[in-house]
Amino acid sequence: MTVFPPLTSGRRPVGVVSFAQHDNVRREGRRNDVEMLMPVVAEVFGNIGITKDDVGFICSGSTDYLVGGPFSFVAALDAVGVWPPRAESHVEMDAAWALYEAWVLLQEGQIDAALVYGFGRSSPGNLSEILALQLDPYYMAPLWPDPTSLAALQGQALIDAGLATEADFAAVASRARRAALANPHAQVAYDRSAEDLLREQYEVAPLRRHALPPLSDGCAAIVLAAGDRAYELCERPAFITGIDHRLEAHAIGARDLTRSPSTELAGQKAGVAKGSVDVAELHAPFAPQELILARALGLGADVDISPSGGALAANPLMSAGLIRIGEASRAIWSGRADRAVAHATSGPCLQQNLVCVLEGA
Amino acid sequence: MSERCAVIGIGQTVAKSKREDVSIAGLVREAAIMALDDAGLTFADIDAVVVGKAPDMFEGVMMPELYLAGALGAVGKPMIRVHTAGSVGGSTAIVAAHLVAAGIHDRVLTVAFEKQSDSDAMWALSVPQPFSSPLLAGAGGYFAPIIRAYMHRSGAPRDTGMRVAVKDRRHALLNPFAHLHLADISLKMVEDSIMLWDPLHYLEACPSSDGAAAMIIGSERAVAQAESDTGRRPAWIHGMAMRSEPTMFAGRDQVNPQAGRDCAADLYRQSGINDPRTDFDMAEVYVPFSWYEPMWLENLGFCAEGDGWKLTEAGATSLLDGGDIPWNCSGGVLSSNPIGASGMLRFLETALQIRGLAGEHQVPDARRALGHAYGGGSQFFAMWVVGVDRP
Repeated sequence: MTVFPPLTSGRRPVGVVSFAQHDNVRREGRRNDVEMLMPVVAEVFGNIGITKDDVGFICSGSTDYLVGGPFSFVAALDAVGVWPPRAESHVEMDAAWALYEAWVLLQEGQIDAALVYGFGRSSPGNLSEILALQLDPYYMAPLWPDPTSLAALQGQALIDAGLATEADFAAVASRARRAALANPHAQVAYDRSAEDLLREQYEVAPLRRHALPPLSDGCAAIVLAAGDRAYELCERPAFITGIDHRLEAHAIGARDLTRSPSTELAGQKAGVAKGSVDVAELHAPFAPQELILARALGLGADVDISPSGGALAANPLMSAGLIRIGEASRAIWSGRADRAVAHATSGPCLQQNLVCVLEGA
Repeated sequence: MSERCAVIGIGQTVAKSKREDVSIAGLVREAAIMALDDAGLTFADIDAVVVGKAPDMFEGVMMPELYLAGALGAVGKPMIRVHTAGSVGGSTAIVAAHLVAAGIHDRVLTVAFEKQSDSDAMWALSVPQPFSSPLLAGAGGYFAPIIRAYMHRSGAPRDTGMRVAVKDRRHALLNPFAHLHLADISLKMVEDSIMLWDPLHYLEACPSSDGAAAMIIGSERAVAQAESDTGRRPAWIHGMAMRSEPTMFAGRDQVNPQAGRDCAADLYRQSGINDPRTDFDMAEVYVPFSWYEPMWLENLGFCAEGDGWKLTEAGATSLLDGGDIPWNCSGGVLSSNPIGASGMLRFLETALQIRGLAGEHQVPDARRALGHAYGGGSQFFAMWVVGVDRP
């Protein structure tokens, strides 16, 4: 008699049963996206002894602007080898949203397992310039605001509102990089006190170097399985009991940057507050954003936040959100957590957010 | 466990070479509001928004859906952005429909667009990538050798493609939203147009358009409400399917791709189609270059392999010639091509026909229709069946 946790979202229990990620590096110069993905896809299937023939759907997340050419996802399909042809789709978003699309399909009951992967390299171009092209093309992009400057505005807004200090940002970074020492895939890990970090120069005030994410090349993959199939593939599946995502206005002038109302709403819909949270993996590329997200999700001091080191340890675009779900799932598999929250973000200053509650039965 | 779902609202912009009067946001909003009006709804009634478009370099904005949050009434809502190459308009509609079929939402707005005049699609398709074979002359240059292989294999006469080009442009004259309205279109005019990629003349290729398409997909509850509010019937979704295959694989048949055949087989199984030529009353199929009509007639099982050109030559696919299985009554991709929206326009046109709202290009008493989109190197397929009957 198999046991499933009660669901807040959906009606069919779907669990994360396998997760693999590439080592995150500043520059993977020898291999392209497909070559980086191949061992990761092999590992995510190999972990649970299945092949591509055992999944009914494949969904990926990536963006053409990192590669500088159209259809980056097309070649990436070769990492799976879609022959004979497969039911497959792609989102131009972090792969956390590809996971959402696969979860939706699994709800309908026609398929029992799905592969999700995301990939992106920051190294081929200048990320500050590239991400400026993600902004409103008429009113914002012509000013070429880089992501660090936008995040600095957000950090300053927190300080001005009396909600945080630069020391708080340093404390977040110190904890994250120390936690990252135990993460073999982390790119930036160190044991330094917050006081020490505060001696760094500003990159863009009030953000010092420690408050910024590294530039990462990486990729990751997850296998989802539904119902009994989840138990066939995994001793203790990390069941998605709640999942929701919400969008905010794009113009940062139209938003209260000290809050993340979309995370608040997604967290409510996903049922974060319905039980205690043991672990929360938050996709906060910039240190001040972790404080905003933790508050939006109502996470108390007892919650172990981003034990992987989070996006401050490695920030591979288009898979960093998916990796949060994978890391939170690992905490469930190991028994370190019974209930975990994973979060993914997209857009300038946390414009779009996904919240996922994972539970072991 | 799937819930029934249907198209309850439809909106599309007039396709043009350059919509200089609107921004991208203005373009998509125009189609979205039209779809909402059609369904008797406002943005406040919408649960989620699913956006699709082809490569972002076609406009020069990375992930533009983020900036379109306000224009599409998506603030505070879930939004998903789909990109599956040329099939994207179709797969976007499918992703939206699954949100309803899975029982998650009641009313989902789905929008697809391209504003090709903001950038240069030929350039964006041809950016050289390290260690990848160059596409060079855009899509036409890629597909022409495949078309020549089809001609060689099937023994089709050289004028089949030109006949498709004329037929679809004559259909377009009946569709006020079509980009091309070539009143004096004729075989001679097509033949006299410049040869672009042998055997494709200029007039056998799709235009480059600005345009947007939008649909509202509703649950049974939403359908009942919309029907009583507007008096317009829904187009019930009877089945939907997607399939992909690799670009570079020696075992592929690019003329008659297995992904297309598998996708159709899955779709027909879901929707109870035994003989597509008799079971469908019409089809909107992604034909960006004329010869893809006979090729897809075969790939989709409307006739035996090698016989597609015979249907075209006999006028079977022509609405105006009284063909038994009219294809692309809207004028098709050959008459309007806002790339990211082109697939959704195929799906949208089938819904328009089933709802009896297609105006001059309406197929009398259309009860079941096939919508089809493909993309990449004939490797990504998205299809649906819509019908008058509640499944």
